Amino acid sequence: MKVLLGIGGSEDSFRALEETIERAREAGDELTIAVVDNPESTMAVEEVRDRVAEELSAVDFDVEIQVLEGHPGSQLLEHAEREGFDRIVLGGGETSPLGKVQLGSIAEFVLLNARTSVTLVR
Amino acid sequence: MTREYPDNVAGPHEPPPRSFVDREGRTIDVEDYREDDFEALVGMYAASDPQDRAQGIPPTEESAIREWIEDLTAEECVNVLAWHGEEVVGHAMLVPDRDGPYELAIFVLREYQDAGIGTELMEALLGAGREAGVELVWLTVERWNSPAIALYRKVGFRSSDSGSFELEMAARLTSEDEERLD
Repeated sequence: MKVLLGIGGSEDSFRALEETIERAREAGDELTIAVVDNPESTMAVEEVRDRVAEELSAVDFDVEIQVLEGHPGSQLLEHAEREGFDRIVLGGGETSPLGKVQLGSIAEFVLLNARTSVTLVR
Repeated sequence: MTREYPDNVAGPHEPPPRSFVDREGRTIDVEDYREDDFEALVGMYAASDPQDRAQGIPPTEESAIREWIEDLTAEECVNVLAWHGEEVVGHAMLVPDRDGPYELAIFVLREYQDAGIGTELMEALLGAGREAGVELVWLTVERWNSPAIALYRKVGFRSSDSGSFELEMAARLTSEDEERLD
């Protein structure tokens, strides 16, 4: 399966990265990682990219990393459609102080608009 | 995103205790949470209807409910309970976030909804919060949940951002009469 992981630097997006790498190795998925500019994250795109590269080399897994500029949600969708991805994977939201699930704005946009399947990693 | 708070004070509302007769004629007592109330509170959530969950709370498993309530009833939090006799039927809470303001949530058992308990419970919680020195409170609510939104407005909440998940809307393009002609 061709899988596109979107990552913008939030905590849940790194959790999604870890799980998606693990799954891709087990299932033999063809994984691509797209770094996007998440306005809700304090990390710059380059920082996110570097950390992704670090995590990949730590587990010795070779994956293409791309940087998508512009509106993160729509760029992910466009990229997924153009390149024929089967699935988009994103962080599944953070938890509020009293335990409510809060979906990020990118996940919300992608969920409402995607034509591919979408996986949110909790 | 920056959250905007209203300039006007909500209420001000009176802290617990308060006692009233709800719209179904039941006598309800609203009181501050005490440590001894832990099991009664677990009991309320364990008995609650899973379809009344919202935004992932309460958890479904009893062990997870216990853990969750322990977090919520930590010293810096504010908790108020609605009692019908020996049974907890409603719970409202304030939990501090990292930046200082408090997040609010309220839960009322299904058979006790639509009876005016939510309003009393909310007012009592905001009164208790004010008494405890809480300055700013925020909450999130599913956009379709208009009874909850109306309650929050009534006690002094205003919408603080443009919101996210879209409302669903529907339109009819043919009348039922027209369809019957086919």
